[in-house]
Amino acid sequence: MKRLRGFFAFAVLVALMPVLFPDNYFVTVVGVTIGFNIVLAVALNLFIGYAGQISLGHAAFFGMGAYASAILTTRYGWNPWPAMGAGLVAVYIIATLISRPILKLKGHYLAMATLGFGIIVNIIMVQTVDWTGGPDGMSGIPGLEIFGWAVDTDLRWYAVISVVMLLTVLLSLNIIDSRAGRALRAVHGSDIAAQTMGIDTARTKSQIFVLSACLASFVGSLFAHQQNFISPVSFDFFVSIEIVTMVVLGGMASTFGAAFGAIVLTLLPQVLVVFEDYEVLIFGTILMSIMIFLPQGLFVGLINGGTSLLRRLRHRETPAQAGAEN
Amino acid sequence: MALLEVRELEKSFGGVAAIADLSFAVEEGGIYAVIGPNGAGKTTLFNMLSGVYVPTDGAIEFDGGSLVGLAPHRIAGQGISRTFQNLQIFFNMTVLENVMVGCHLRTRTGLYRAALRLPGVVREEHQVRDWALEALTLCGLEHIADRPADALPYGELKRVEIARALAANPRLLLMDEPAAGLNDTETVELRELIRRIGESGITVLLVEHNMGLVMEISDTVLVLDYGSRLAEGTTTEIQNDPKVIAAYLGGEVQYAVQ
Repeated sequence: MKRLRGFFAFAVLVALMPVLFPDNYFVTVVGVTIGFNIVLAVALNLFIGYAGQISLGHAAFFGMGAYASAILTTRYGWNPWPAMGAGLVAVYIIATLISRPILKLKGHYLAMATLGFGIIVNIIMVQTVDWTGGPDGMSGIPGLEIFGWAVDTDLRWYAVISVVMLLTVLLSLNIIDSRAGRALRAVHGSDIAAQTMGIDTARTKSQIFVLSACLASFVGSLFAHQQNFISPVSFDFFVSIEIVTMVVLGGMASTFGAAFGAIVLTLLPQVLVVFEDYEVLIFGTILMSIMIFLPQGLFVGLINGGTSLLRRLRHRETPAQAGAEN
Repeated sequence: MALLEVRELEKSFGGVAAIADLSFAVEEGGIYAVIGPNGAGKTTLFNMLSGVYVPTDGAIEFDGGSLVGLAPHRIAGQGISRTFQNLQIFFNMTVLENVMVGCHLRTRTGLYRAALRLPGVVREEHQVRDWALEALTLCGLEHIADRPADALPYGELKRVEIARALAANPRLLLMDEPAAGLNDTETVELRELIRRIGESGITVLLVEHNMGLVMEISDTVLVLDYGSRLAEGTTTEIQNDPKVIAAYLGGEVQYAVQ
């Protein structure tokens, strides 16, 4: 299982965190937020990192899942699971419908279209007060129960979100390492060559857009049940930008890069709180520095830097051996 | 019946005809070359055959079925593969992965099956890897299979494109100026490679500027000039055709002699 070595190491680390740091705010509370963000970033990375497209409106799907769950459970008394399923079906249909016309666009135009979509959805969340509660949001969303096991503590939520997050990472790794994943990267590499190799590029792009949207909707539902309260601010334009930033920061076209970007971007503001007034300033400077000095992304940049450093060290110890390797 | 038949083909860009009233037929097996001066419409022809451009008028038939109006990926599905004059390599992948993309049409795994990694997927991956290595070996590239494509010199990239097209197991291979930018040694290697491809039963349709190469390997040559057919025949017939000589040496020379 050489292919999944990194995945298992990551899974063990995630499982050990609450054991190593019991009752730690950063593990159980921030950890859950990190889990949500990793799913969003890894899912979006399939679309922007691998397929080379752009979406500045992905928080809309995250929000649709959350609002579907919130509305159906609080206003219609549905059980959370079918509500979640209804949200998924709705997002699947909406994402499929908009994907074909929107994905004909490229580059800046695609960015504008997805941006517009995200803003429209957010405006609907704010304006349809009777359904969504408007800017004040919705409270009293019930928690989640899995076969009678109530997810009612921070630690239990950490466990649930970790499983969902790890499954998403596994799903992404599986896709990339397959015919479907190569088709995605081929679309990125050369659209015309991909087509002449028999890849239906329009369908390929649309499929991954829909999958990415459905994953966002799914964690959106979980988010609503975990927080018990949602408001449009959690799904606005800035959240969409944040998800894109996670992908770019960690390293485009790398599943673990996207996950790493999500971790860093969630933790950084928490850590920088000690700088009080200067927090945002330092946050911005760090982001800029990373993009200037590690343009391929934090994770990919560090890995590449690490391996070349290692090679140089080994080269110094046994120059003959290192030479033979090349 | 011919494998590929083009009848009264026409393509205009804003009223300027790049291809006008062009008809020819490519028989199954063998190497068919299209030559002509710059701007004769060779690449335009290729782009219509592979579905990148839609013809203004005329018919293109492959194995009895029409190709006009089909999307490029549908045409690829009929068994037509191509290479490009200006490289279209997937620079974000390794050499092997580039060629594995070529096997797309020979396999079935979709997005959701891949995501769940159902049992058949792993088996298919192994099969695709074998096919890709086979194509790489034929093109003499097996030793650099795991190199990232963006680290390769131009000559090798041209062969990667050929390997990728071959991995699709095509009936017809369209090669757009495969020798452009190659040095003499590389051109000799390319000549042998095209010969091997032809001998393996794949019909080759070649657009090429390198006359030496064309005359050595082609069974039939079509000469284009200003988007129309100037001459068609065996290499010997073409070399002795006064119209062809005039077109290549320049029309004025001919008038001067007359």
